[in-house]
Amino acid sequence: MAVYLDHAATTPMLPEAIDAYTRALGTFGNPSSIHSAGQEAKRLLEESRETVATSVGADPIEVVFTSGGTEAINAAIKGLHWARNVGESRPLILAPGGEHHATIDAVEWLVTRQQAEVHWLPLDDDGFVLLDALERELVDNGDRVSLLTSIWVNNEVGSIQPIERMSALAARFGVPFHVDAVAAYGHVPIDLAAVRAASGSTGGAGLVALSVSAHKIGGPVGAGALVLSRRATIEALVHGGGQQRQVRSGTQDVAAAAAFAAAARSAVERMSSEGPRLADLRDRLVDGVRAAVPDAVLNGPTGETRVATNAHFSFPGCEGDSLLFLLDMAGVAVSTGSACQAGIPEPSHVLRAMGRDEDASRGALRMTLGHGSTDSDVDALLAALPSAYAQARKAGHADRAVVPR
Amino acid sequence: MSGGVDSAVAAARAVDAGHEVVGVHLALSRMPGTLRTGSRGCCTIEDSTDAQRAANIIGIPYYVWDFSERFKLDVVDDFIAEYSAGRTPNPCMRCNEKIKFAALLEKAIDLGFDAVCTGHYATIVTDDQGNRELHRASAWAKDQSYVLGVLTAEQLAHSMFPLGETPSKALVRAEAAERGFSVASKPDSHDICFIPDGDTKGWLGERVGIADGAIIDREGNTVGAHEGAHAYTVGQRRGLNLGVPAPDGRPRFVLEVRPKTNEVVVGPKEALAIAEIAGSRYTWAGLPQQHPEESFDCEVQIRAHADPVPAVARIQPTENGDEFVVTPEIALNGVAPGQTAVIYVGTRVLGQFTIDRTVSAVPVGV
Repeated sequence: MAVYLDHAATTPMLPEAIDAYTRALGTFGNPSSIHSAGQEAKRLLEESRETVATSVGADPIEVVFTSGGTEAINAAIKGLHWARNVGESRPLILAPGGEHHATIDAVEWLVTRQQAEVHWLPLDDDGFVLLDALERELVDNGDRVSLLTSIWVNNEVGSIQPIERMSALAARFGVPFHVDAVAAYGHVPIDLAAVRAASGSTGGAGLVALSVSAHKIGGPVGAGALVLSRRATIEALVHGGGQQRQVRSGTQDVAAAAAFAAAARSAVERMSSEGPRLADLRDRLVDGVRAAVPDAVLNGPTGETRVATNAHFSFPGCEGDSLLFLLDMAGVAVSTGSACQAGIPEPSHVLRAMGRDEDASRGALRMTLGHGSTDSDVDALLAALPSAYAQARKAGHADRAVVPR
Repeated sequence: MSGGVDSAVAAARAVDAGHEVVGVHLALSRMPGTLRTGSRGCCTIEDSTDAQRAANIIGIPYYVWDFSERFKLDVVDDFIAEYSAGRTPNPCMRCNEKIKFAALLEKAIDLGFDAVCTGHYATIVTDDQGNRELHRASAWAKDQSYVLGVLTAEQLAHSMFPLGETPSKALVRAEAAERGFSVASKPDSHDICFIPDGDTKGWLGERVGIADGAIIDREGNTVGAHEGAHAYTVGQRRGLNLGVPAPDGRPRFVLEVRPKTNEVVVGPKEALAIAEIAGSRYTWAGLPQQHPEESFDCEVQIRAHADPVPAVARIQPTENGDEFVVTPEIALNGVAPGQTAVIYVGTRVLGQFTIDRTVSAVPVGV
């Protein structure tokens, strides 16, 4: 059977989520309807919302279901930016470099079409945002800032950002803070209320919004949530029937919410046992790759500030897509990090933001673990890697314009 | 697999023949368009998806390999440079020479493959000694051996063209439909793939830079004006808008484009006739001609869809190295430097060269 080491792209649905999904598909009714069928649907929907809210330390009313992480991120960034520019002029968006494309492209759209400005904050060698650079921006430009947005766990290299300290800075300068928690969800404890309290967030300042996705934790694709503090002021991205605090109109997907909730319950319950298990497995993987390919360079931090499930290497002299192809042929599924719609692997913009050269960015491979990952998966990777690496190195950079010597 | 019908059927036939096949789509642009437009047959997301769907139906793995950097350097930039130098390049041949049967083939071999299989209409014949020869497709109407003329013995040794024996495109389309490929009735591609709207002049104008200049006759007299020499091709008659009529009142044609002086040279139709063509960038498609310094009979073809013309050819030493020289039996019309001359002996492609210089059949003043 094929070995799957790309859980960060998507992870198999948990049996309990499939069970909840299929059972809910058999129920009937629009949760906005007043009659009994509607009320039954509404009951299941709100039970699910309560469960998801518990998983992120929020009140149920603060959970706005969306079609996934990308929609949640778009709704947060555009909605907060618009709201902060009603009757005021706050054009500037602050965000670290190396964000996910959902953030980058939403921000760039605001810049291109809506007269927004963006200052991308620098990252250090391990992919962490430089807090003094953030503070300097807020000191210099705080009254012009519409929002701060940041990824919680970098989806490529696994760095866990200092969200609480970023939230405290945002709170101090009265700036709303959105966090893309898609890659963090299920792997690091997420608690909206606790972060808000610890960082002195009050009203619409500091941490006000989190974006999460169901399919990264064993729920279905097509389900996510914008976790939006009741104190946040936001403009809607999607208008219509006024469902979900008028933030996200549209008939609500009860079955997806039920499956999402089942996955969220399991993910939170298992985090304390799965976290250390996967971290140990990941460390075995990292040590094994280093032993098999001494030239390989681990990207991102080590220890507690790296998410337990992520390993990310640069293989010098190789194209990541050659290695991916050879490993796939050997039955091991890995990732080059981010792929665009056409399936073209791009040189990792995350590694570039971390100051890596183009060669390191081109030869990057990400291996991510999840529920169901075992020692034998790691063994299979380590067995296939040496010959794949040798062959990919031979192919080198045949597709490059300038062949490095 | 471009996403077109030919490469899809070629891949399916390679599987049927017992080969282990992996579908590869070349990403040739970092900013691919989303939807297919006009008669372009590749390079958009829609085309990539078409290719993947065909691979799914055949039951083979499918990958996108990114050659956009190499393509830009070796094909697009070359195209611009050639036009800037007043030459008329063939980007599809350059792509075969530098990308499909070079960068792609090298990478494929390094990754453990034996050959590149494409949907070109051409055939490979192996002689008694195991040497491979490139020949025309059995149906000349669809023959694409011209654009493969750049392949060398080494490249031919690792190439497969499963469509070469099929007598018509209609049969390939019928086979595609039978196999359930959604691309069975997809239109053929004609335009240059990296010029989205097919407006080559406009596209070149943005990159080469447009400057007004003079249209002159063969004696050097100014007879008109133009808005950028790159917009003219040898043999062109329409759109010259000459202010000064020819002394004999007969129509005039573009004879030459001189980018350095930004001049376009015009003259009578007879002056288009070319008695000799020559070029120093040549290759042999398989075994070279024995004693090529001695004149040998052949046929020369100067465009993908031109008729071959009987000719005598030889390799001739010059100050700057050897040069392929071809004298056609009847004068060639509308030959521009930069075009590729493919040399045939019967159905066999013997080799090719890029035309550097031409000799008019009609000297000035006659």
